[in-house]
Amino acid sequence: MTVVHRSVRTQSWGVGVAVGAYGLGFGALAVVNGFSIAQAMALSLFVFTGASQFALVGVVGAGGAAASGAAAALALGSRNAFYGLRLAPLLQPRGWRRLLAAQLTIDESTAVAISQPNQQLARTGFWTTGAAVFLCWNVATLAGALAVEQVSDPRVIGLDAAVGAAFLALLWPQLTTATTRTVAAGAAALALVLTPLLPPGLPVLAAAAVALTIAWPEPRPTPEQPTAPDGSRE
Amino acid sequence: MSELWWAIVAVAVGGYALKASGYFVPQRVLERPRVTRIALLTPVALLAALTAVQVFGDGQALVLDARAAGLLFAVGALLLRAPFLVVVVGAAAVAALVRLIAG
Repeated sequence: MTVVHRSVRTQSWGVGVAVGAYGLGFGALAVVNGFSIAQAMALSLFVFTGASQFALVGVVGAGGAAASGAAAALALGSRNAFYGLRLAPLLQPRGWRRLLAAQLTIDESTAVAISQPNQQLARTGFWTTGAAVFLCWNVATLAGALAVEQVSDPRVIGLDAAVGAAFLALLWPQLTTATTRTVAAGAAALALVLTPLLPPGLPVLAAAAVALTIAWPEPRPTPEQPTAPDGSRE
Repeated sequence: MSELWWAIVAVAVGGYALKASGYFVPQRVLERPRVTRIALLTPVALLAALTAVQVFGDGQALVLDARAAGLLFAVGALLLRAPFLVVVVGAAAVAALVRLIAG
């Protein structure tokens, strides 16, 4: 294993521990909101996408119908389809690996994979992060659900701030061009503006519209400068 | 089976289908420049939105609390090219400290 590979693995496990630790909060929150330990574990094992899980538990906990909770969770999960779209050419998984890759396709594994400088490191980053988050997230969900009285508020040790910092750290390497910075700033602003107006979870999804708006128009070809074969320039 | 279990099964099955769909669309669809641009920029938009909502959101309310101090620390640490763990653990520690001081 090269030094670079080791550094990617360290980053991956760092993400796993940071995000997985928040699973303590999920397990606890699920049980507090009337889910059984088996239901909390079923969500972490089979849904395995944090925002969707929090959305379902949050809506049901706030007195919403299970069906509207499920709808919010699925709306949030639709971003994973875009992640798969982005990852497929990088990972090129075949057979059962493709089915496994799909389950591990989440914010964190995608962000680590696409922030790597080459395909080999992207693969290492994806699989290691996916496995690390899956393991930590599920162990933590169980621990949180079992210890609900002791860990009812993960905020006391700043875990909620850790998740925001983790998302930002994952986004950071992407902010190298004016386009990505514009999209990031616009998406963050739109999500905040929509937060009081839409049910929890949907503002994040709506912010994808910023990416669509900027990505949709075909770039105007500039005759004096050569363009990439796909017509885009960075 | 209770209503809650049905919701969990629906989210698990639907959520997996969404995850898998990205891997099973034909390659020629992926090779369109517009799709490439969308696929490149969508995670950027969603990660930025997740960061913002995670730090300033509380249900449907916008709040400025200890998490913002954690985010400030994270920005500074990232500007100084600190390792990922320093960024994340440091942000948590700063937020916890602010809460401890603020009572």
